[in-house]
Amino acid sequence: MCEVHKNNCFIHVPSGMQPIALSCIVNGEAVAAMVDPTMTLLNFLRSELKLFGTKEGCGEGECGACTIIMNGVAVNSCLILAAEVEEANIITVEGLAQGDKISILQEEFIEKDALQCGFCTPGMLMSARALLDRIPNPTVDEVKEALAGNFCRCTGYFPIIDAVMATAERERRELRK
Amino acid sequence: MMEKQYKHIGKPYNRKEAQEKVTGQAIYTHDMELPGMLHAKCLHSPYARAKILSIDASEAKMLPGVKAVLLGEDAPYLLGLYMVDKRIIAKEEVRYQGEVVAAVAAVDEATAERAISLIKVEYQELPAVHTIDEALEAKILVHEDINELEYMQGVFFPQPDSNIASWNKAKKGDVKKGFEEADVIIENELSLPAVAHVPMETHVTIAQADLYSSKIKIWSSAQSPFAVRQLLAKSFGIHKSDVHVIVPYVGGGFGGKAGIHLEPLVTLLSKAAKGRPVKLKATREEEFNQLPTRAGMRGRIKTGVKKDGTITAMAVYYDWDSGAYADYGVNVGKAAVYSGAGPYEIHNIELHSRTLYTNKVFSTAYRGFGHLETHWTIERQMDLIAQRLGLDPYEVRMKNILRPGSRTLSGELIYETSGSPSDCLEAVAKEIGWSGYQSEEAREAQLKTGKVRGKGLAMLQKAPAMPSYTSTAAIMQMDEDGRIKVMIGAIDMGQGANTVMAQIAAEALDVPMENVEVVWEVDTNKHPYDWNTVASKFTFMGGNAIKKAANSMIKQMKELAAQVLRCHVDELTHGGGYIYHVHHTHRRIAYEKLSRGYVYENGNGIGGPLIAHGVYMADGLSNLHPETGQGMPALDWTFGAHGIELEVNIETGEITILKVASAFDIGQVINKKLVDGQVMGGVLQGIGSAILEGYKFAPNGRLMNPSFTDNKIPTAKDLPLEIVPIYIENPQTDGPYGARGIGEHPMISVPSAIGNALYDALGINFYRLPLSPENVALAIANKDH
Ligand code: FES
Ligand code: FES
Repeated sequence: MCEVHKNNCFIHVPSGMQPIALSCIVNGEAVAAMVDPTMTLLNFLRSELKLFGTKEGCGEGECGACTIIMNGVAVNSCLILAAEVEEANIITVEGLAQGDKISILQEEFIEKDALQCGFCTPGMLMSARALLDRIPNPTVDEVKEALAGNFCRCTGYFPIIDAVMATAERERRELRK
Repeated sequence: MMEKQYKHIGKPYNRKEAQEKVTGQAIYTHDMELPGMLHAKCLHSPYARAKILSIDASEAKMLPGVKAVLLGEDAPYLLGLYMVDKRIIAKEEVRYQGEVVAAVAAVDEATAERAISLIKVEYQELPAVHTIDEALEAKILVHEDINELEYMQGVFFPQPDSNIASWNKAKKGDVKKGFEEADVIIENELSLPAVAHVPMETHVTIAQADLYSSKIKIWSSAQSPFAVRQLLAKSFGIHKSDVHVIVPYVGGGFGGKAGIHLEPLVTLLSKAAKGRPVKLKATREEEFNQLPTRAGMRGRIKTGVKKDGTITAMAVYYDWDSGAYADYGVNVGKAAVYSGAGPYEIHNIELHSRTLYTNKVFSTAYRGFGHLETHWTIERQMDLIAQRLGLDPYEVRMKNILRPGSRTLSGELIYETSGSPSDCLEAVAKEIGWSGYQSEEAREAQLKTGKVRGKGLAMLQKAPAMPSYTSTAAIMQMDEDGRIKVMIGAIDMGQGANTVMAQIAAEALDVPMENVEVVWEVDTNKHPYDWNTVASKFTFMGGNAIKKAANSMIKQMKELAAQVLRCHVDELTHGGGYIYHVHHTHRRIAYEKLSRGYVYENGNGIGGPLIAHGVYMADGLSNLHPETGQGMPALDWTFGAHGIELEVNIETGEITILKVASAFDIGQVINKKLVDGQVMGGVLQGIGSAILEGYKFAPNGRLMNPSFTDNKIPTAKDLPLEIVPIYIENPQTDGPYGARGIGEHPMISVPSAIGNALYDALGINFYRLPLSPENVALAIANKDH
């Protein structure tokens, strides 16, 4: 029961507004929930769905730590209201691996040491994934462009760019097989 | 030298925790939820300096869902690392815009925020100390009680009735005579603004206070769990052992999460909320203007030189615009006293470093700890000297550089095994094709194209800045399957410490890398003590401790095996996971057979579970003399140099960095992949400090750019075209496998090298950071007139 509104609401709605119904697909699973209309998608993923892989670095759409893929496009989930994602198909970092096998992109991030503290990594991976889905053979400049909205204070980006380029190459090879 | 035959040292292993981090499984304090957990929010002072006339929190307290409201009077504790000068919540007076004046814990963030908005504070704004000069004038005192503040005596020197939190000095030789001997005396002033660390995970703490005892449990994004424990216990007057600190994954630190920050406030909130766990996660804005920064600094430098470039005397004043509280700031100031002359031998020198209180957000350690700042002064000055004398700045540096037999600023002797600054300078000069400044004609010719290229050099040095008696420890246990668990008290916040430590353990024990696990989530109740994860000291100190632990483990195994194999311990050796006889190599026992003691066929058991430990205490360090700064402050120096080639667009002032060559004498590369990461990341942070970043304050002391919108850090689009890391390996005989620290160094001197390259390109000298397009374009425009 909600601690604030006592007996009349059974989901906790911090804003006190009427909760709204929401259904969407997250990492291939159907999700149906009642949400606070003021709740961001980032908070919905983290506090409601308990998918903590997606991070918050600023909450203002500036850093890219919260990047997820929504209907094929990389977006900052801190700028989107949960209520807006009705019927959307959402992929988070938790949805990158296939079963218990991590994806080529994740493997290359490990191999190229494209992460240090790892806090930007989920967002970085999602921006990279969306790019590679759009352009399977990007140029270095296209990679830089696609990642320009994702801050990383640790790596100096070079290893990340290397990882994305290496992934592109391996995925193309994989496809040819 | 004999070819080194290592199995694991020098191998570019992937970091151990990488898979957890790319799958989203790695849990940071940011992600943690506990049963019954409340959320906290803070109210901040809108003024740089003001009296708090009254606070009315009655409405906030009545708001449903609010569990605790704290004001200054509820937090009667003083905090401080070296100067005990900071209240957990301001009371009566606020000293910077952003200082916490009240805090709330509530069932969710929205409720806490609403409660904060209901707190009414009446202030009387007071005139404030905004600048270094105002601080020195001391017409207004940031801390009127400065004479009564408790501080670490003999190391720091607060001045009575002033804004000087510490005045540290070095004096060597005969400075007056040195200046008399000079052919030319060159004086300059160089300065730089405050800059934020910007870890991608903001500071976050969860605390749970036991209502019925003084026990406290804390989860925090801290670099220094043991420092949190010590400082919190001291501030609250409770036993250290009652404070239990746990550090999950940390999303970057860079010095900003060293020491103690949100932990005491959240602890008090938990206490006030009847012991429920409380989480306080700093917003990005709070990260900029409530939590500490790197101090702004002004360096005034006067150098006497012979015509051939030999330095005869130097006098330097470093003044640190260190904000409202001392925190690490005084120690940053102290680092300048033994390192603030750069990697040069200066026989006659007088150096003053004053950490000043001002009414701004306070400052703390930031990667390189005072060194980027002092090197901005020294390394620009070396070029300015060369220009005045008409010499090549490379030659001027080489003329004065530290060599075996030289003495550092604090009088420490340099050995062959201390590392070689000249090797580093030589390497980067070669890499960027340095051949002296370009001629005026060449510059003019380039200017016509609208784009001008230039090259610049800068040296750097740093040793860990830490107490002379800093120590660390490692515990090592062997599981039944022969695998090793290593426990250390240092935090791996991405610098790769745990992977490097595993390599050292694997090498020393001669086991496969996958058999070693360094246990994550440092927990002060379980992991052995480490002072602080700062200062690029852990490879050296932790590495030595782990080697000792491994040796002790091998010794224990040999002693047990000697009984079983019926020989003397001296006849046994180890390798490939076995203890075996040096000659009859088939007489051997696998490690795992010894891991729980040895069991004979008839069931007899001898020995017991295999646990070893190793300690390392900083060796031979001493306090600096208060007047002369002479002593032994440095555990190990890492020397380095940057060579930079850049291009300036003379229309827009935009700088494109074409190449950065960075050389460091790190003694021994333990893991190239990880070191490369430190170099690339550090160089880019240096570029941030050089070109992009910097706090801007309004005349009333208000921070004007507390967000990413106008305080950006470099992105993938701000990269240099190329970074070339170069590692020089003159081994440090007392380092683990010859290694030295490297975490902070890549950042140091990047701005200096860029400044020097800008001179080469434009013939314009820059004295202030950042070298932003506006500032560069303005200087170009002014030169034309
Ligand atoms: S958290 Fe969404 S962009 Fe920073
Ligand atoms: S790895 Fe730390 S912010 Fe990117």
